[in-house]
Amino acid sequence: MTWSATARGAHQPDNTAFTQQRLPAWQPLLSASITLPLFFCAGLAFIGLGLGLYYSSNAIKELGYDYTGNPGTGDCSLCGVADQDRAPPPSCRCAWNFSLPELFQGPVYLYYELTKFYQNNRRYGVSRDDAQLSGLQSALRHPVNECFPYQFSAKGVPIAPCGAIANSLFNDTFTLWHQRLPGGPYVEVPLDRTGIAWWTDYHIKFHNPPLVNGSLALAFKGTTRPPNWPVPVYQLSPDPNNTGFINQDFVVWMRTAALPWFRKLYARIRQGNYSAGLPRGNYRVNITYNYPVRAFDGHKRIILSNISWMGGKNPFLGIAYLVVGSLCILTGFVMLVVYIRYQDQNDEAEDQE
Amino acid sequence: MERDPAAGEDPAPPDRRPQGRRGRRRRRRESRTRTVRSNLQPPPPASAHEEGAAQGARRRRRWWWWRPGRGGAQHLADNRLKTTKYTLLSFVPKNLFEQFHRLANVYFVLIALLNFVPAVNAFQPGLALAPVLFILAVTAFKDLWEDYSRHRSDQEINHLGCLVFSREEKQYVNRFWREIRVGDFVRLRCNEIIPADVLLLSSSNPDGLCHIETANLDGETNLKRRQVVRGFSELVSEFDPLTFTSVIECERPNNDLSRFRGCITHENGKKAGLHKENLLLRGCTVRNTEAVVGIVIYAGHETKALLNSSGPRYKRSMLERQMNCDVLWCVLLLVWHGVWVRRYQEKKALFDVPEADGGSLSPVTAAVYSFLTMIIVLQVLIPVSLYVSIEIVKVCQVYFINQDVDLYDEETDSQLQCRALNITEDLGQIRYIFSDKTGTLTENRMVFRRCTVSGMEYSHDANAQRLARYQEADSDSEEPVPRGGSLSQRGSIGSHQSVRLVHRTQSTRSHRRTGSRAEARRASMLSKHTAFSSPMETDITPDPKLLEKVSECDRCLAVARHQQHPPAHLSPELSDVFDFFIALTICNTVVVTAPDQPRQKVRVRFEQLKSPVKTLEGLLRRLSPSRLTGCGSAASLFPAKSSSKSGSSFLPVLSADSALLGLEEKLSQPAQAQAVASEGCGEDGWASQPCAPEGCAPDPCALERAPPPPPPKDPELRYEAESPDEAALVYAARAYNCALVQRLQDRVAVQLPHLGRLTFPLLHTLGFDSTRKRMSVVVRHPLTQEIQVYTKGADSVVMDLLLPCSPDDARGRHQKKIRSKTQNYLNLYAVEGLRTLCIAKRVLSKEEYACWLQSHLEAESAVDNREELLSQSAIRLETNLHLLGATGVEDRLQDGVPETIAKLRQAGLQIWVLTGDKQETAVNIAHACKLLDQDEEVITLNADSQEACAALLDQCLAYVQARTPPGAPEKTPAGGAGGRFYPLLRLPPEAAAPRPCLSLVIDGRSLAYALEKSLEDKFLFLAKQCRSVLCCRSTPLQKSMVVKLVRSKLKAMTLAIGDGANDVSMIQVADVGVGISGQEGMQAVMASDFAVPRFRYLERLLIVHGHWCYSRLANMVLYFFYKNTMFVGLLFWFQFFCGFSASAMIDQWYLIFFNLLFSSLPQLVTGVLDKDVPAEALLAQPQLYRSGQNMEEYRPRTFWWNMADAAFQSLVCFFIPYLAYYDSDADVFTWGTPITAIALLTFLLHLGIETKTWTWLNWTACGFSALLFFTVAFVYNSSCATCYPPSNPYWTMQTLTGDPLFYLTCLIAPITALLPRLFFKALQGSLFPTQLQRARQLAKRSSPRKPRAPRDPRGPLPGAPSPDTSEPSCPGASAPASQDDASPGSWPPGAPEASEEPSPVDVSVDVSVPLREASGRRAPGRPSGPRAAVPERRSGDSRAKPARSGRTASLSSVFSLPHFGSPGWISSLSLVGGLGGVWQLSRSSLHGDKREAEFLPGPPPPRDGDLCGLGQRAADYF
Repeated sequence: MTWSATARGAHQPDNTAFTQQRLPAWQPLLSASITLPLFFCAGLAFIGLGLGLYYSSNAIKELGYDYTGNPGTGDCSLCGVADQDRAPPPSCRCAWNFSLPELFQGPVYLYYELTKFYQNNRRYGVSRDDAQLSGLQSALRHPVNECFPYQFSAKGVPIAPCGAIANSLFNDTFTLWHQRLPGGPYVEVPLDRTGIAWWTDYHIKFHNPPLVNGSLALAFKGTTRPPNWPVPVYQLSPDPNNTGFINQDFVVWMRTAALPWFRKLYARIRQGNYSAGLPRGNYRVNITYNYPVRAFDGHKRIILSNISWMGGKNPFLGIAYLVVGSLCILTGFVMLVVYIRYQDQNDEAEDQE
Repeated sequence: MERDPAAGEDPAPPDRRPQGRRGRRRRRRESRTRTVRSNLQPPPPASAHEEGAAQGARRRRRWWWWRPGRGGAQHLADNRLKTTKYTLLSFVPKNLFEQFHRLANVYFVLIALLNFVPAVNAFQPGLALAPVLFILAVTAFKDLWEDYSRHRSDQEINHLGCLVFSREEKQYVNRFWREIRVGDFVRLRCNEIIPADVLLLSSSNPDGLCHIETANLDGETNLKRRQVVRGFSELVSEFDPLTFTSVIECERPNNDLSRFRGCITHENGKKAGLHKENLLLRGCTVRNTEAVVGIVIYAGHETKALLNSSGPRYKRSMLERQMNCDVLWCVLLLVWHGVWVRRYQEKKALFDVPEADGGSLSPVTAAVYSFLTMIIVLQVLIPVSLYVSIEIVKVCQVYFINQDVDLYDEETDSQLQCRALNITEDLGQIRYIFSDKTGTLTENRMVFRRCTVSGMEYSHDANAQRLARYQEADSDSEEPVPRGGSLSQRGSIGSHQSVRLVHRTQSTRSHRRTGSRAEARRASMLSKHTAFSSPMETDITPDPKLLEKVSECDRCLAVARHQQHPPAHLSPELSDVFDFFIALTICNTVVVTAPDQPRQKVRVRFEQLKSPVKTLEGLLRRLSPSRLTGCGSAASLFPAKSSSKSGSSFLPVLSADSALLGLEEKLSQPAQAQAVASEGCGEDGWASQPCAPEGCAPDPCALERAPPPPPPKDPELRYEAESPDEAALVYAARAYNCALVQRLQDRVAVQLPHLGRLTFPLLHTLGFDSTRKRMSVVVRHPLTQEIQVYTKGADSVVMDLLLPCSPDDARGRHQKKIRSKTQNYLNLYAVEGLRTLCIAKRVLSKEEYACWLQSHLEAESAVDNREELLSQSAIRLETNLHLLGATGVEDRLQDGVPETIAKLRQAGLQIWVLTGDKQETAVNIAHACKLLDQDEEVITLNADSQEACAALLDQCLAYVQARTPPGAPEKTPAGGAGGRFYPLLRLPPEAAAPRPCLSLVIDGRSLAYALEKSLEDKFLFLAKQCRSVLCCRSTPLQKSMVVKLVRSKLKAMTLAIGDGANDVSMIQVADVGVGISGQEGMQAVMASDFAVPRFRYLERLLIVHGHWCYSRLANMVLYFFYKNTMFVGLLFWFQFFCGFSASAMIDQWYLIFFNLLFSSLPQLVTGVLDKDVPAEALLAQPQLYRSGQNMEEYRPRTFWWNMADAAFQSLVCFFIPYLAYYDSDADVFTWGTPITAIALLTFLLHLGIETKTWTWLNWTACGFSALLFFTVAFVYNSSCATCYPPSNPYWTMQTLTGDPLFYLTCLIAPITALLPRLFFKALQGSLFPTQLQRARQLAKRSSPRKPRAPRDPRGPLPGAPSPDTSEPSCPGASAPASQDDASPGSWPPGAPEASEEPSPVDVSVDVSVPLREASGRRAPGRPSGPRAAVPERRSGDSRAKPARSGRTASLSSVFSLPHFGSPGWISSLSLVGGLGGVWQLSRSSLHGDKREAEFLPGPPPPRDGDLCGLGQRAADYF
């Protein structure tokens, strides 16, 4: 079909700016002269931003310890060795001792970090049932197929929570002890384990199934724990607001990490004397070593860090801004040179005309 | 799909259509005939039950038909037009079926279905289907819309009105077209469009004639004569359908327009044959006849017109083909990704998901699964929306082309039509234009220029001056004849008629508004079409000498006649003059029309008086001259309806005729003389419309002594002719007071000032055909009663048919002299570019005539090979002719053709003109339209045999390579072997073009040889060296062969433009076919992809729109690939960090809708609206078009650079977020969403870099795109907490917006990604701007300068305002020149390209190898100059002579000179050429070049000047 069909009575086309393709238009010519100010402005702005970012990132303190337990790396080697044959002792314990020469500015966050752990693996990442986790009764009894093979136990009992992600829940535990004075007693630093998950996750996405007779255990009746778990889900924590599906460790774990080396928030230190930060002194982190990572050459780390307005310590962004800003300036200078030469040529061309 | 209620009213059983189709097939198999009866008659009793069945099947069915020998009613198509493809029910399956013909759709559906396999699925299965479904739905909607508009236009046509005889009301009532059934009687009036194929039963014309215009069908605008069925023509009274009882038997519906056979059986058992002369075809227009009545025999889709129509074609554009290739690359890339992924070895880990048995998948299975998933995830690489986006863009481009006011032709009220929707960008890549000449380059409006009679030349200088004036005036003014007026003028006979006409115009107008059907459009076009009657053609200024002679003849004859002397005493020259004009006037098929055609109504009444009243009538008229003459036309007043009409045959029978004529003569000779005179007077009176009293003086004889009356230049008397030449000649004769006033089936009347009206009984008309190339009429001369044959035809033919004149007697010698003189003049005319025709006559004795008539009648009545016999019979008649003279008719060039050709040539297009005209004419037209320049060398190839052609080609090639720059020759002898030209053909033509311009002229016969397999390479190579090629005397088939050859061998884009049916094949073969929707009707238009009103619009179409379309689409496709590569790159890099598990960090929704929704609109807007160079700049610098020809914007290198840039950008866009979130607790989608946002911003900014013009639409689209993404993200991320597994992105976006890191990465990543591109673009834009960029710069820079334009005194150089003329028009010279002028500024313009292409030097090396070889073989040691080769080639041919005895004839003809007295220059050239080849080398061209070069001071090229001019123009624009 032809367009003339829609033309009006006389065949004369509309003489409008649009139909005649004469809409007023900005027609930038991509040349040195127009990019020159662009490059300089962007460069200056970026360098400014980059400096700010760099310094604020530098102000962040971070303290980490690899407790994977590779041979000869410290206290956790024993546990690490045991870990290798995939039969870790029920609770191998080790510790990380460190001392702070000065106040570790608060609020301090305690992270654990795993490497080479592919939470973003496709088959792993899909292996969950959000409906079940939101406390839906039917989903509790009938987990989705994605959870396979952690959907039903060998006996056909539905697993709650189902799926590979839940099954691989990180189960090392840490306690932080503070020795105010050398040789003095270690005081346990209170770890706030409640505010570590996203607010929406904890309050909206994750729900326990409705209590039966006030008992969470009864609500989970008819389901079984994931095979790797030593305890059923309703016994994750004695705190009724932190057990079951809304156990915050669990919720944090269920938010799968983007990259194969990732850290997850374990606790915040913001209570009591430690709300301003960790005062100087010796510290010890007692680690219950449960989680096997040496099988896939993974590493486990424990990290203490404080954060700034732009998040955790990451000098990259500041450096990136500085580099790109300098590049822009450099380019700007090149353009300036070109522009000066080009201008000459331009005049010549005009002279020729 | 909306159906018209009326369509639903007809109760169509669901199985009707298939049944009909099956039925048709069966019918075709079993029977070749159909029988039609009147619907008004009760059915024959034998088939009563069938009738019942039929009526049961369909209500209101009023016709019956059955096949002989087999009972059972079958359906005949009714007249409803239904061009829709779908019905409400069949739409979905049928449309889906059609869409799956596109492989990509199948691919996408398969991918989407793969998602339903649990093991490999990547997305939610339903979601994965969404884009595919969306695309399918969009396409389906488009189809639906198209189908609906088809339906609407169908309805419009179906609801056209027509008069149909109603049995109930016993009269003609107005019905819709769709209600017409086979067997109905329809009454059609003048200028009505025929609604169905109708058998002509009655005509208001007393001779039972009807004229129709068949432009809709075969493209011929001339009037065709149709004849009432034998047996009805004799009816004296008005035809009454109720009495029609005959049975018509005719062929099955078929699409052969030129054939119709059948017979009609009257009730009394008499049979009469039916021919195509009896059939009025649907779509034609009734002309010149007041009313006709006919019975419908084919209706609706069974009409020949509809069986012939075909939908628009689907041509694949070059870009699309290349794109498919790139899609293939993407598939390979994808496979490579998959293979990469497979290398991943799974390790036992906690994140491993084991199989049911507790073990893990075998690596192979896992790899296969992951490979498949990978394909699903990475499928975005091949954009599902690519095809649909491109289609949308093309449709929009087509819309804009259509809407361009500059392509609108006010004169014909037609704009450019794009009939093919998908090859717009091909317009920007054309390298070769193949053009028809007549009607394409020229107006196809013939103007009489000069003539020679009896060896005397009459140069008509005044006429030439007049034409020159027109030429000047033409450029700024319109035709003085009001176009719209003709319609109402034509048919304003009575009030009801004009009311009716008003209705008709309205209906056609409404068509124009809404109907898309060509039928309706054509209807409107035709209604305003008047055949060849601009004053330029009609007002001929006679040559005074000739006029003197004509009037002398006239006077003498009148005197002689008055005194009843035989007119023998005229001198031979004068009698030749007289015969010449008589021949001009009557030897044609021109139909006379008067504006207020009173039509034959009046006449019929006279007829009924049955006229012995001739004298009485004359008396009457003399008594009351003003009364009768005032109300009637010449036709109506002329009484002599010959009684031979009453014979059973409509052909005049000799005996009856002659006897009667003789009788009449005897009876009424004196009276007739008077009558004639008086009629003449009456005519004059009539001529000056409100009857001028002085023209109607009581005594006509008084006029005789008076000075010749003013020539009857009646502006109202109009001639409609089959070809414009004929009309031109008739108008010319009228200028000499020899006016054709009436043409009927059996006689013609000529009006002369003194003789008055002479009526020539027309015995036979032997029509023109292209093999005979002549036409003849046989008349009985009213003065001498001799039977005379007047023949008019091509000189080449007629000259051979002349009576051989004996050299003995003086008369014979004189004749011979006359002939040679005439031939000289003919050649002269041809040189002037005139179309020549020879006029000859022959006097037949009674015996000769009787003898011939006998055989002719036999031939006519023959059933088998009637045509052949007829043509033989014609040949018998047209011999021994006596030459009268010759005419030269000018075919005027269309406006702006030379300028357009110059521009197109500057644009690097090679123009070939393929014409059927003779060589001289063609060459001269070519000169006139600047296709050939005076100062260039013309190679003329005329060969009479294959060998000669080969030799000539070799010689030409040798010459061509000899004149290429030195430096090459020393390498030549090395090659030796071969003789094949294949290596040469890969060269781009512009590299091969030598500097001095060459042109090639080749005639049809040589072309046939040159197109042989063995020679085509040489021919092509030679043609490629030439700036323009002119093929004369070529047949339509040859035209298409040439196009095909160039297209396939040179791998170049070709465009064919033509206007007539003979160009159709060429138009179809070419990549882009352009039809001229001009005078020659619609056939070329129907076959074309684009239809332009005039040739000159080609310039804008190609140079502006072609360039735009190409650059837009090329950039868009590039952008598309960039975008998808970049996007897939992001996913790909992620695979390294997710264990190659084919998971994606980008949410599936974003992944799937990204291309479709978020990033599609801006690129569409840019693809539709972006203008890299403003139109004015493009027009001012046609050489910018070369960028498209060379595929500068979309070549593999650009593609891969683009891909590399995409890879880089994806790296940046991936790793900046990666590093920024390196040691954080971000989850997959909190990290992936910024990446998506970054990608989107990068795309938008990238598009920003690529966009050259920013209108508010671009801004809006970009803003909308970004906004849409964030809106969707927000809504999506807050809509459901537990839905959308596995990503479950609840509140992700909201969280991100609170995170400064998000903004920081979104700021730095896109800028970093685009930094290099911006840098290089800016650098390139400043340092090495392409031609296009510089044109833009200039156009832009000049715009702010406009107000202070006087600042630069050198700005408008003296030569600047006319850029075309100052431009060197030779492409070979202009291309380097334009580059040269770039170089002084030390910019290497297009440097990388230039280095790639072989220099002309290399070319000549290649050429010379086979050439030397060939010529050396023929004549070793001889210098291979063109002239020297002549004797040697003769010997070569004589060598061949004995070998082939059968070829002697052709070989002798090779050597024979032209067999007529050829003028000096032709023969001498032929001698030089030896074998008929002509070398015409004008050395002056070189000098001319040199002179020009000296004149121009170095590099300051005219182009700069014209850029200034451009600047001025552009300043107006901005």
